[in-house]
Amino acid sequence: MTPLTGPQSGSKKLWLLGGLLVVWFLVYHYLQPFTNFLTDTVFGLEKGKHLTEAIRFFIFEVPKVMLLLALIVFFVGILRTFFSPEKTRAALAGKRTFTGNVMAALLGIVTPFCSCSAIPLFLGFVEAGVPLGITFSFLIAAPMINEVAVILLFGMFGWKVALLYVLTGLVIAITAGWVIGKLKLEKWVEDWVYKTKMGDTSLSEKKLSFTDRISFGFVTVKEIVGKVWIYVALGIAVGAGAHGYVPEDFMAALMGKSVWYSVPLSVLIGVPLYSNAAGIIPIVSVLIEKGAALGTSLAFMMAVIGLSLPEMIILKKVLKLPLILTFVGVVGSGIMIVGFLFNALF
Amino acid sequence: MEIKILGTGCAKCKALDKVTREVVEEMKLDATVTKVEDIMEIMTFGVMTTPALVVDGKVVLKGRVPNANEVKQLLTK
Repeated sequence: MTPLTGPQSGSKKLWLLGGLLVVWFLVYHYLQPFTNFLTDTVFGLEKGKHLTEAIRFFIFEVPKVMLLLALIVFFVGILRTFFSPEKTRAALAGKRTFTGNVMAALLGIVTPFCSCSAIPLFLGFVEAGVPLGITFSFLIAAPMINEVAVILLFGMFGWKVALLYVLTGLVIAITAGWVIGKLKLEKWVEDWVYKTKMGDTSLSEKKLSFTDRISFGFVTVKEIVGKVWIYVALGIAVGAGAHGYVPEDFMAALMGKSVWYSVPLSVLIGVPLYSNAAGIIPIVSVLIEKGAALGTSLAFMMAVIGLSLPEMIILKKVLKLPLILTFVGVVGSGIMIVGFLFNALF
Repeated sequence: MEIKILGTGCAKCKALDKVTREVVEEMKLDATVTKVEDIMEIMTFGVMTTPALVVDGKVVLKGRVPNANEVKQLLTK
């Protein structure tokens, strides 16, 4: 990576960062009173009415979630400058199963990765001798446990649910990769993959300074927030709309605890659906509020984010169909187990 | 100068192609810009994250889309 700016603007960047952090804190702190002022005084809406509360919910939640998103994505952006697919590849090459699966899943969280790079990344891993199962642990963890999902869960359900999501996501990525490794499915990888000759991966990199890393943080915020804000707003709008109007136990009969088949059904529905975390989590929060069980909702969410049709179509270039189906089967089963487990525990 | 844009055709690859061509035009550089979409050829450059920018056979940037100023710096080095 090359630095984005010269050293001369370094101290300016730090001042800007400090200023923004202060503004962030002030806005976040005064958001609730400001929302109330806007709804009750400026709009003059009648307290307690469904419409009023729906509007209040929307005005409060959208900036709150966006603020959290911007702050955390910023720090994740900085954290990611310390990692790269090349370093991850080198760290995983020739690792033994299990230890390798654990490392791959953990690195999947922090390595900057975009699903459009899935193929070169897969080829690079195979070429370096990273075992297939370990590569899968990475490919499962990377999209599923992403910062947007974790922040939104934190913002809407609190830290316990967010932490549980990360932990179960890790367990699924580790076990599913381990199982795929044990099944010895190398024969279902397209033959040409093993003929890949890879050039030298080292890039004549300048060492990144602290301000370079900060710049990357800003760039990441711009990129991610710019991409997901519309989904966040739409998702929360749906949530606000359902807030007062849909009966509390509306989803209980469909996705409640007593309906055992709702877990596999949610996974089946979730796989072909494709959405990023930003779009699906506000919807999931509505489902839960309206009586859906936590395990069922979590399974639905993981299926939507972790197993996506576009990603499989991309991977179809390098993997034969039986391997893709095994991949979906193993991960899908893992997600179902999590769903059942959470329904039983909570 | 020989410039290559490596990418399998995602949105970011197109963005890099566009900004590079704009800079070449603006600075009136004597350069040919070609797009490499074949994945095997991309791999020979040792690139795991697309898009990537190659100048005279050397990878100078990968995995993201730079702004015009940065492309200028990379091309005039």
